[in-house]
Amino acid sequence: MIEIKDISKWYGTFQVLTQCSTRVSKGEVVVVCGPSGSGKSTLIKCVNGLEPFQKGEIRVDGISVGDPKTNLPKLRARIGMVFQNFELFPHMTVSQNLTLAQVKVLGRSQEAALAKGMALLDRVGLKAQADKHPGNLSGGQQQRVAIARALCMDPIAMLFDEPTSALDPEMINEVLDVMVQLAQEGMTMMCVTHEMGFARRVAHRVIFMDHGSIVEDATKDDFFGKPRSERAQQFLSKILHH
Amino acid sequence: MFSGFDFNVIERSWRYLFFDGMEFTLRLTLFAMAGGVVFGTLLAMMRLSSIKPLAWIAGTYVNVLRSVPLVLVIFWFYFLVPYMGAWVVRSDTPIHVGAFASCLLTFTMFEACYYCEIMRAGIQSISRGQVSAGYAIGLNYWQTMGQIVLPQAFRNMVPILLTQTIVLFQDVSLVYVLSITDFVGAASKVAQRDGRLVEMYTFVALIYFISCFALSLLVRKLQARIAVVR
Ligand SMILES: Nc1ncnc2c1ncn2[C@@H]1O[C@H](COP(=O)(O)OP(=O)(O)OP(=O)(O)O)[C@@H](O)[C@H]1O
Ligand SMILES: [Mg+2]
Repeated sequence: MIEIKDISKWYGTFQVLTQCSTRVSKGEVVVVCGPSGSGKSTLIKCVNGLEPFQKGEIRVDGISVGDPKTNLPKLRARIGMVFQNFELFPHMTVSQNLTLAQVKVLGRSQEAALAKGMALLDRVGLKAQADKHPGNLSGGQQQRVAIARALCMDPIAMLFDEPTSALDPEMINEVLDVMVQLAQEGMTMMCVTHEMGFARRVAHRVIFMDHGSIVEDATKDDFFGKPRSERAQQFLSKILHH
Repeated sequence: MFSGFDFNVIERSWRYLFFDGMEFTLRLTLFAMAGGVVFGTLLAMMRLSSIKPLAWIAGTYVNVLRSVPLVLVIFWFYFLVPYMGAWVVRSDTPIHVGAFASCLLTFTMFEACYYCEIMRAGIQSISRGQVSAGYAIGLNYWQTMGQIVLPQAFRNMVPILLTQTIVLFQDVSLVYVLSITDFVGAASKVAQRDGRLVEMYTFVALIYFISCFALSLLVRKLQARIAVVR
């Protein structure tokens, strides 16, 4: 589903990503972790072309992301993305947030879009909040709306960039529950997260990044059982003793 | 203290002052504001564009016009527009452009520079994350701008845009150099006809003061309300 081949990226002379390669198959859940500044966000943003890259190739469902001939908006509409800071549109109500792209990009009718939006809002347990503005919701609620917004587009894969790290601890689980359910339904997911409990429960593979490189790319059991690299071991022990 | 002054001149001429003069001033202000905000927003988008030539053209345009006195621009356009029009429609003789149309073009082009800088700040006040979120759900550049960035930028900037419009309202009085009957133009015609300069100009100043003061109070109220909504 997602194939990343020898991606390198520079900001000026600073190399953010160094020959990263990995793949996420259909229905697979891959967790990406690593220390701050290791390039996790950059890598995941390359997958839907939010960040350009200079070398290598990324294919999503066979379509090359870096190819200038690719219709990026069309491709992005099929890939859901959830951000650390939710990024709901504050000048719109929750239901407008959910219907906007369905109508503008997919050309659905307003009624169909609203029906779809409400169904997904119900699924994340927020049907009662449809007419509120995002600013009036808690962080956990906003992030659940953001997930619903992405799901409205019937994505073939979902990207998560630290979806719980801007949340108060008591709200983390309400978001993780939605993600776990999604994973169990067979959604293809690439998640940057430090929630190792989540990784243990639903991930198939774990990728560990450091200094812009993929240091470890292992099945979940291998990763938690015996990480090969010393840096991953250190990282794990730091995170797990939190 | 006011003996020797004849304030009846105002009573005699107020219909002319307001229905001819002020009508022109307000019409020009409102149309130039609308045109200036639209053109200014386009300029701002160009200035922030990653396409370097576009950014350069818009930047140069804004910087050149902002460093020229408005009176000069008014003169220039008034005398040049007929020739430019002739060039556009490939006519041999300069085409006739009305005073209002010429002024409207001038003020739209000139004020757009100021509205551009306001909208540029407004656009930059919207976080990159919002733009990314727009792109991530499949919107293209124009949709992201039109649906996500500009509505928020515009809303944040409404008070400053209105403040700039108050300046525009005052600037419009400069059309007197073309002997056009705006509010000031009308007043000065009456003043010279009746020899009542002090009375008329005092009255004009008072009207400007009252309307601008009222507008700025309105802007402040609006600012407070917007601050709550956000
Ligand atoms: N626009 C940019 N210009 C220059 N450098 C950047 C830019 N964006 C990110 N970087 C740098 O690239 C590196 C990787 O950033 P990235 O955001 O991908 O890290 P991350 O692994 O997601 O970290 P975090 O856990 O803090 O989110 C960092 O060193 C960062 O300073
Ligand atoms: Mg990050």
